[in-house]
Amino acid sequence: MAYNLKQVVAEKPSRFTSGHRMCAGCGAPPVARHILRALKPEDHAVVSCATGCMEVSTFIYPYTSWTDSFIHTAFENAAANIAGVEAAYVSLKRQGKLPQDHETKFIVFGGDGGTYDIGLQSLSGAMERGHDMVYVCYDNGAYMNTGIQRSSATPKFADTTTSPAGTKIPGKMQPRKDLTKVLAGHHLPYVGQTIAYMNFKDLYEKAEKAIYTKGPCFLNVLSPCPRGWGYPTDDLMLINKLAVETCYWPLYEIIDGKYVVNYKPKNKLPIEEFLKPQKRFKHMFKPGNEWMIEEFQKEVDTRWQELLDLEEMGNK
Amino acid sequence: MQNKIDANTPWEEMTPGGDIYEAGNAKEFKTGSWRSMKPKYLSEKCTQCGLCFPVCPEDAIPVNKEQKREDFNYDYCKGCGVCAKVCPFHAIEME
Repeated sequence: MAYNLKQVVAEKPSRFTSGHRMCAGCGAPPVARHILRALKPEDHAVVSCATGCMEVSTFIYPYTSWTDSFIHTAFENAAANIAGVEAAYVSLKRQGKLPQDHETKFIVFGGDGGTYDIGLQSLSGAMERGHDMVYVCYDNGAYMNTGIQRSSATPKFADTTTSPAGTKIPGKMQPRKDLTKVLAGHHLPYVGQTIAYMNFKDLYEKAEKAIYTKGPCFLNVLSPCPRGWGYPTDDLMLINKLAVETCYWPLYEIIDGKYVVNYKPKNKLPIEEFLKPQKRFKHMFKPGNEWMIEEFQKEVDTRWQELLDLEEMGNK
Repeated sequence: MQNKIDANTPWEEMTPGGDIYEAGNAKEFKTGSWRSMKPKYLSEKCTQCGLCFPVCPEDAIPVNKEQKREDFNYDYCKGCGVCAKVCPFHAIEME
């Protein structure tokens, strides 16, 4: 059935309710809500979050924003946690102690700190063991919850509280880790990189594929943070759009090892467009710092070309 | 029961393990008081294009069964303005 946004929203009630305490204009709640909408209404879900903004602000005792079972867990073991629940579920179902006629899906939401850095070992382990689960990383490019410290998802030259741009260093000194490709190295049945863009079609379809593909699946979603990135809260969708149109955040998926690039901008915008609205890159536009933009652009171009080559390789 | 729990509740009256027994009860926590700007819905300009409701982080734009959006739910709207910015028809004004 073709995707119809209005129908999806009207017919599938939100499984991530209002009343959570994320910041105004946060990019993560629309992502989480739309991913959960990809579940069939009759299917149950068990959700867990790695420590991060989403965990601490959606599950403040005695309130929960999740209409599904939710497990509050730690930074380093979110994937291990849900993997254990999945294993128990499979076992109980086999023993006939659970009803056979309905499905339960297992989903983890982790920020980039809990996924790229601290939780990488448990994520890698769970993926390798082949549990039937989905790991969703909402990547906002730093430890936003604790005060914008750099993570390995922070792009090069970004100004954060632990990589402050000044006379000694030009912001973060290392380029970001490409986690989607790290996960692709686990040879998973489905890996996707997406963003909440336009009518959320890409996000929804990838979520649906990830949830209903048997085996471990991974989704990486860019989710802008107005506080940490330094842009006005109402610019959320503009930032998302620029991330895609500049190829900073390419939309692609890897199905059984085969790369598919879902969106190729007809007119690839220069990276300045994406950097300019964000305060964390402000120093890059000072006179004498042109080399930073050049280097950033080169990095983006290299990664984009690499991706196109990988797709072409798969078509041979 | 656990909704009556607040900062002054003694530990004996809390739920064991900090469990929450009711799904999605965050709805009882109104975040509308966070708002400093207020979106105004101009229904006559609205074409029901569907760009505003998925982007709302608060789910504060109700969509009815006829797939049409309704006026804002100010109980939860935090006034971020994302909806006003994405509207191509200027049917949402921030004031």
